[in-house]
Amino acid sequence: MEFNKELDARGLNCPLPILRCKKALAEITAGQVLKVIATDPGSVKDFQAFCKQTGHELLSLAEGEGEFTFIIKKRN
Amino acid sequence: MSRKLALIASKGTLDWAYPPFILASTAAALDYEVQIFFTFYGLTLLKKDISDLKVSPLGNPAMPMPIPMPSLVQVLPGMESMATMMMKQKIRDKGVASVEELRDACLEAGVKLIACHMTMDLFDFKREDFIDGIEYGGAATFLEFAGGADVSLFV
Repeated sequence: MEFNKELDARGLNCPLPILRCKKALAEITAGQVLKVIATDPGSVKDFQAFCKQTGHELLSLAEGEGEFTFIIKKRN
Repeated sequence: MSRKLALIASKGTLDWAYPPFILASTAAALDYEVQIFFTFYGLTLLKKDISDLKVSPLGNPAMPMPIPMPSLVQVLPGMESMATMMMKQKIRDKGVASVEELRDACLEAGVKLIACHMTMDLFDFKREDFIDGIEYGGAATFLEFAGGADVSLFV
């Protein structure tokens, strides 16, 4: 999937992936897409909650080899 | 209107510094309006230099230790420093944020940090001991915000 910015949050633990994601989203414009890669298993639920609460759209969530990839579209 | 989180931070050890700063920074990222009221030992978390926060295994039987350690051993000089060093090492190894980093994230996100004035007087803390950008108030200041908050927690 295409994205405008990528955030490497591997090796970071709660709540850093969310905090870094918030920062990264501030650096793109509405409608643009951010890709986040994390290794914290807790981030799966956290990113879902983050998107639900903030209105950013979680386009996809993939898991493989201990890594979690989130594709998030910035809200308008 | 955004949701509101009101926290009281009453403890000033390395371990207990985490819950208020983690919750506050995350809530801010989730668009909450957040205030933390620092009282009693929690005031320590507002000091300019918080690199010397400590954790003690003494009176803390749930703290995981590499080897079982009787309380009588824990009172020996240097044990607290050792436990603190071990904890900090673990924090780094596991990719957990430092307390400073989380506090900075709170400040950056506009979390309002309020120092309890009564406790400052009680402990002879001065405003110059604390970081810039914080506010000062009392119980009524906290309750004014907490009264309209969606989540209120005492840590």
